[in-house]
Amino acid sequence: MLEMIKRAKELLSDNSVDRVIGWKRDESGFNPEISVFRTAEELELFVYDGFCSANMSKMLINETKKEGKVLAFLKPCDTYSMNQLLCEHRIDREKLYIIGVGCKGKLDQRKFASLKIKGILSVSGAGFDDKNEIVAFKTVYGERKVPYKELMLERCAVCKGKEHRIFDEIIGESEETAFEERFAQIESIERMSPEERYKFFRSELSKCIRCNACRNACPACSCRKCVFDSNNFDSSQKANVDSFEEKMFHIIRSFHVSGRCTDCGECSRVCPQGIPLHLFNRKFIKDINDFYGEYQAGETSDARGPLVSFETDDPEPYDNKGRA
Amino acid sequence: MSINEEFRPNIVAFCCNWCSYAGADLAGSSRLAYPADVKIIKVPCSCRVNPMFILRAFEKGADGVIICGCHPGDCHYSTGNYYARRRMKLLFSMLDFIGVEKSRVRVEWVSAAEGVKFSQTMNEFVETVTKLGKNVRLEDLRCSK
Amino acid sequence: MYKFSKNDIDSLLKRICISQDVFVPVRNADKVNYALYNENSAVDLETLKTVKSGKDLFFPQSETLYTCRKDGKKISVEPQKLRDSRFVVFGMKACDVAGVEILDRVFLSEPVDTFYKARRDHGTIVSLVCSNPDSSCFCNAFEIDNTMPHGDVVLTQVGEDYYWETKSEKGDALTEEVRELLLPCEDDSAVKAEREKIKEINSMLPNMNISLKNWGEDENLEIFSSKNWEGLSSSCLACGTCTFVCPTCQCYDIKDYDTGHGIQRYRCWDSCMYSDFTMMAHGNNRTTQMQRYRQRFMHKLVYFPTNNNGVFSCVGCGRCVDLCPSGLNILKVIKKWEEK
Repeated sequence: MLEMIKRAKELLSDNSVDRVIGWKRDESGFNPEISVFRTAEELELFVYDGFCSANMSKMLINETKKEGKVLAFLKPCDTYSMNQLLCEHRIDREKLYIIGVGCKGKLDQRKFASLKIKGILSVSGAGFDDKNEIVAFKTVYGERKVPYKELMLERCAVCKGKEHRIFDEIIGESEETAFEERFAQIESIERMSPEERYKFFRSELSKCIRCNACRNACPACSCRKCVFDSNNFDSSQKANVDSFEEKMFHIIRSFHVSGRCTDCGECSRVCPQGIPLHLFNRKFIKDINDFYGEYQAGETSDARGPLVSFETDDPEPYDNKGRA
Repeated sequence: MSINEEFRPNIVAFCCNWCSYAGADLAGSSRLAYPADVKIIKVPCSCRVNPMFILRAFEKGADGVIICGCHPGDCHYSTGNYYARRRMKLLFSMLDFIGVEKSRVRVEWVSAAEGVKFSQTMNEFVETVTKLGKNVRLEDLRCSK
Repeated sequence: MYKFSKNDIDSLLKRICISQDVFVPVRNADKVNYALYNENSAVDLETLKTVKSGKDLFFPQSETLYTCRKDGKKISVEPQKLRDSRFVVFGMKACDVAGVEILDRVFLSEPVDTFYKARRDHGTIVSLVCSNPDSSCFCNAFEIDNTMPHGDVVLTQVGEDYYWETKSEKGDALTEEVRELLLPCEDDSAVKAEREKIKEINSMLPNMNISLKNWGEDENLEIFSSKNWEGLSSSCLACGTCTFVCPTCQCYDIKDYDTGHGIQRYRCWDSCMYSDFTMMAHGNNRTTQMQRYRQRFMHKLVYFPTNNNGVFSCVGCGRCVDLCPSGLNILKVIKKWEEK
C-alpha cells in the first residue's frame, strides 16, 4: 500500500496526473470511501485493504468528464468494467492513468450481521500487506476471529482471474480466490421446478425497496438518463407499489446490461436487502455462452457484444416442440 | 369471471409491418379463422419489440404474447429479425428462469404469403395459453379490477 | 410490571392476533423486516435492526390516495378507505419509536395528514430495549435512551424473560387483552440491572456520544456554504438507500398509475438523492449531486431543528451508516466539522 501512495505522490508531483482517485481511510476501519486526492498531504489518508470493494470504474465515468488527467487504482475485476466502458466510449482513455492493483479477495461488511459481529472497535488482518488468512475484530462484546475467506464477497469466490485487462503499470501481488464453480448457483436454480423458481425469486424480490442502488452502482448502467427515470412512463422508478414492479425492474435492468455485464457483482454487493441480483446477470451470461459461444465482456476494449451481432444460424427462441 | 364462464385468454401479437402483418391480412382475406382473443399490434420490424413491451403486455392483463416477423434472411431491413431472435431467445430463457410459464411467449416467422401459417399458429397458441389459464405470475394487481 | 418467558412469545403474538393485526420483525430470505404476523412467520426479535425501519407501518412506501374509474362515459372517484382497525407494532427499538415521533411533527401538524393520523390513532407500539447496540448506533447523541424507549408498552429482555411495562392507555388496553399470558412481577431489579449493563456498553461504543455542538440552527448558513460538501459527496452514487431505510425521512411524491380502466393516484417515498426530486416545470433547483447530498444533511441537522425547537430529524439508528454502498454517512458529515 505504501508503494501505491509513493507512486501516486510521484505522479502528482511531476504533473503527469492532476488528481488521484482512490480509497480514503475511515475511523471505523471497515468503511472506506472512494475519494479524490489532489495533494500529497491528502494522500496520507489513502488506504487500500480488503474492505476497498467498490468498483472504481463507475466513478471514473464522471471523474474523467472533468478537466485534467486522473490516476486510478483498479483491481483486476475493475479493469473488465473499464474495458467495457472504453468499448462503449463512456470514458476517454487519454484522461486516465491506470495503476492495476493486486487483489486478494474483497470483504463484505454486510456479512458482519449474519456472523453476529457487532459493536466493532477495531479490525486487523484485512490490510493489503497482511497475510489475509484471519480477520480479527475487537468488539465491545469481546474478540472475534473469522477466516478471511468466510468474509469474502460472493463475487470473489467465483473470480474471473486476477489478471489486469488494462493498465499502465501494476503494483502489488494478487492471490487467486476462486473456489466455486461460476455457474453452480444458476444450475442449481435451473434444476428447480418452475413453481420453486417462482417462489424463490418472489421471496427474494419481495424485499426490494426500489432504492436503485443496484442500478447506480452498476458500471454497465451508464446511461445518462435511465428509462426507469422517465416521467411519462408508467413504471414508478421509486415505489414498490406492486409485486410486478420489482420483476419488471430487475428483468429489464439485467436485460439492458446483458452482453455488457462483466459479472463484477456490484449489484449484489450494494443491495441493502441482500437480494442476489447477480443471478439475473449471470443467467444471461450463461445463456449467451451456451447459445452464442463463450463471451466475457470487458476482456478487451474493442469487442463486439453478443447482442449487437448475430449469426444466420442462431438457435430459434421457439423450436416448435413447446420448448422456449 | 364466474366459474361457469369459459376462460378466454388475452393474447397480444406483435406483427412486423412487412411480412407478418401482411400474413394476417392474407389470413383475413382468405377467410381463414383465428380466435378473436388475439390482439395484433403492428410494429415496423420484429426487432422494434423492446422486452419491456412484452412485460408491459403481461402487466396490463395479457395471458400470452407472440412476436411475428419475417423469416430470417427476409427482413425488410436486412438484419432486424436476427437481432430480435437473439433478444427474444435470452428474454424467454430469463422468464423461464424466474418461473414464468415459458409457453406464454413465442416467436414465429410468418411471411406475407403464409396466411395459413398465421391462422394455424394463432389457433395453436391460443389453445396452449388457454390450457395454461390466467397469467398470475406476471400480472399487476392494480390492473385487474 | 409483568413478565413472560421468551418461549411464550408466539402464544402472546397469537393472542394479540385474535383481535388485531400484529406487525413484527420477520426473517425472510435472510433479511429481517417488519411483516404482518401469521403462525408461519419466522419472528426474529434478536436482530438489532430491521433493514427498513418500522416507519412504513405508519407511512407506507407507497399507498393509494384515491382511484378513478372510467366506465364508458362515466367517471367515478373512489376515495381510499382510511385505516379503521387497530394494530400492534411489536418490537420497535428506541430509535425507531423516536423516528415515528419525528414523523408526528411533520404529519400531525396542520395540515394534518389523514392517512397517517388514522394509522397513528389505531396503532399501538410495543417497544423493545436494545440489548446489544452496535458500533453504528448513535442514538444517545440525540438524547434518545435506548434503555428506555418510548412506546405504549416497553419490553425488556433479560435472559430468558421479557419484562412488560405499560406506558399509556393504549398500552393498558393491550395489556388487558393478553393479561392471562403475563405474570405480574413487582421486582424491577433485573430490568434495572439490564439497563445499567446496556449503558455500560453504550459508553464503550465509538459513535454513541458523538458531539453535535456544531449543528442545529445556522442563521449565517456557514455550514451551507462550506467547501467540505464537495469532498463529502464526491462518491455519492445518488441511490436512495439512505433515505429509504431512514426512520425519519418523510418526503414523498404523488403519481398517477394508468390501470387501463382509470387511474390510481398514489404516493410513494421520494428521495432527495434522486435527480428528479422536486423537479418542476422550470427544471430542478438542485442540479448537482453535491447540492442534493447537502440538502439531506442540512435538512436533518439544520433546517429541521430550526423549525422544531432544536429537535434534530435524525435518531441515530445507523442504518445509513451500515448500508451506504459508497461508505458515506451522516457520521462522517458530523465529524467533518469537528476537525477544525
